[in-house]
Amino acid sequence: MNKVSDDISKDLKDQPKFTTDIGEKDQDHHSFDLGEQTTLKKIQHFLHGNPTIVPVIILILSVIAFGFIAGGKFFSAFNLSLIVQQVTIVGILAAAQTLIILTAGIDLSVAAMMVLASVFMGKLSVEMGVPTLPAIAVGFISGIATGAFNGILVTRLRLPPFIVTLGTWNIFFALVIFFTGSQSIRSSDIEVNAPLLHFWGERINLGGFVFTYGAFLMIGIFVFLWFLLNKTAWGRHVYAIGDDKEAAELSGIRTDRMLVSIYAVAGLVVAIGAWVSIGRVGSVSPTSFYEGNLDSITAVVIGGTSLFGGRGTIIGSLFGALIVGVFSSGLSIAGLDVLWQRFALGCLIIVAVGIDQWIRKVSA
Amino acid sequence: MQPVLVANKLSKKYGKVVALDSADLELYPGEVLGVIGDNGAGKSTLIKVLCGAVIPDSGEILLDGNKVTFTSPIEARKLGIETVYQNLALSPALSITDNMFLGREIRQKGFMGSFLKFLDKKAMADEARKRLSDLGLLTIQNINQLVETLSGGQRQGVAVARATSFGTKVVIMDEPTAALGVKESRRVLELIGEVRSRGIPIILISHNMPHVFEVADRIHIHRLGTRLCVIDPKKHEMSDAVAYMTGAKQPPQD
Repeated sequence: MNKVSDDISKDLKDQPKFTTDIGEKDQDHHSFDLGEQTTLKKIQHFLHGNPTIVPVIILILSVIAFGFIAGGKFFSAFNLSLIVQQVTIVGILAAAQTLIILTAGIDLSVAAMMVLASVFMGKLSVEMGVPTLPAIAVGFISGIATGAFNGILVTRLRLPPFIVTLGTWNIFFALVIFFTGSQSIRSSDIEVNAPLLHFWGERINLGGFVFTYGAFLMIGIFVFLWFLLNKTAWGRHVYAIGDDKEAAELSGIRTDRMLVSIYAVAGLVVAIGAWVSIGRVGSVSPTSFYEGNLDSITAVVIGGTSLFGGRGTIIGSLFGALIVGVFSSGLSIAGLDVLWQRFALGCLIIVAVGIDQWIRKVSA
Repeated sequence: MQPVLVANKLSKKYGKVVALDSADLELYPGEVLGVIGDNGAGKSTLIKVLCGAVIPDSGEILLDGNKVTFTSPIEARKLGIETVYQNLALSPALSITDNMFLGREIRQKGFMGSFLKFLDKKAMADEARKRLSDLGLLTIQNINQLVETLSGGQRQGVAVARATSFGTKVVIMDEPTAALGVKESRRVLELIGEVRSRGIPIILISHNMPHVFEVADRIHIHRLGTRLCVIDPKKHEMSDAVAYMTGAKQPPQD
């Protein structure tokens, strides 16, 4: 009781008189310095301002670590380019996923959307005789439509994105089975009828490093989305909505329309991924990429984007996808069982989210 | 002198609860009008009607003598009625510049802006810096600092700078000092003075009687859903105002 009353009397003493003149001692509140900081606090602030640094450090450390563990084989041009090839699809899905997670949402249906779009592309061009380009266009429309459908459910029905996309994941997957009758479209049939679908799987050799065109396209998507997110009003609004939807609304952003457009853009990115995936896998299989949803979320989270929205970078997700690729490749070259790859990845996810939580406390 | 903003016999019921009972309000050019009232007196409903968040059952609002209607805060804002909300409506993870131009971004000129929709970050940063220094907040070192790294008073400064930047006719400030410490409150009261000196009238809603008495030119006392009286803070004591507010004393007849 004494302590409280002491505090109050101290407050009262500090209270300036209610006049308009401001004494000199009050001038220091003009300054914007952040005060005394410990080293840890400085690190926290630095990471807070540069969220991509963490995945970059993890990527560099893991490459070095696996260089030691797995030896020269890991650093071979063949292996490094294989890693990039392997992360292409998850990378593209992660790019789309980043847009959704930045709005404080989550999309469990990205991989199902992608397979559905690839089914349209394959079915139409290989089995129904539609020219390849229009078939691809239908696949793109499918991606945009399924994305927008998610967005409309999220905004109109005010359902949590987790629930909406859990539902649409199953719906899209069922549609895939319906349209294909659980039959794959064979790679050889695609090669004969619609070779353009394999375009992004073509390889190019750069001094021993073998890259698919799809890998370049993935990089291109990330660069494009980086510009979109950082240089346009649309991009700033993505962050604003994820940060504080109410505030964004009061600032004059039409948040519902924005959200639908964000889900639609994510759907388009996913549909591009569908085309690339046909080149990567060769065939169109209704059961492929079943783990793509969670893998894309893993890449985004490891890439430093906060699941609570408004914080993170698109490039971080590229690093996140690469980290996953480096871990799988390094651990398997080192001869570890797949179960340990899963184990390591699981630890990485928890560490990444833990670091994110710690960094977020900076503002508190 | 013609008032900038007039509320005429505004009424609002929530079921059987009468929140506003033909309430009036006038705001004159260049003044700070304090609005005080006991909890449940209906002052927050009054303010929500004025800023567009609540649509009144009856009554009218005149802006510069013209009848206006709006159905959302965004429409009210387009007409020049800006509100600084108690929660400030800022996005903490965005920079000061981004926040000031949220929803009203400046695009680059020519192809880059009209076709590629690129933002003119430099123009926005320059403008934001100018707005802040106009309000005496020049000491913000980095205009691209994230808002969450700012203190409560500094955030209030950014919100006020935003509210006064876009052809504003009226600024409504809802409890601007409620969440702030002593020093920060001082700074915000100075800020209110700066805005007034630039000719923008302010409606200040606050529970903090000393703050209202310090900066307001006139004080509107709200009681039982309507305007009880308007007093001159220089001629009345704080204790009188509290007495009028609670009904312990009859308001002056003038």
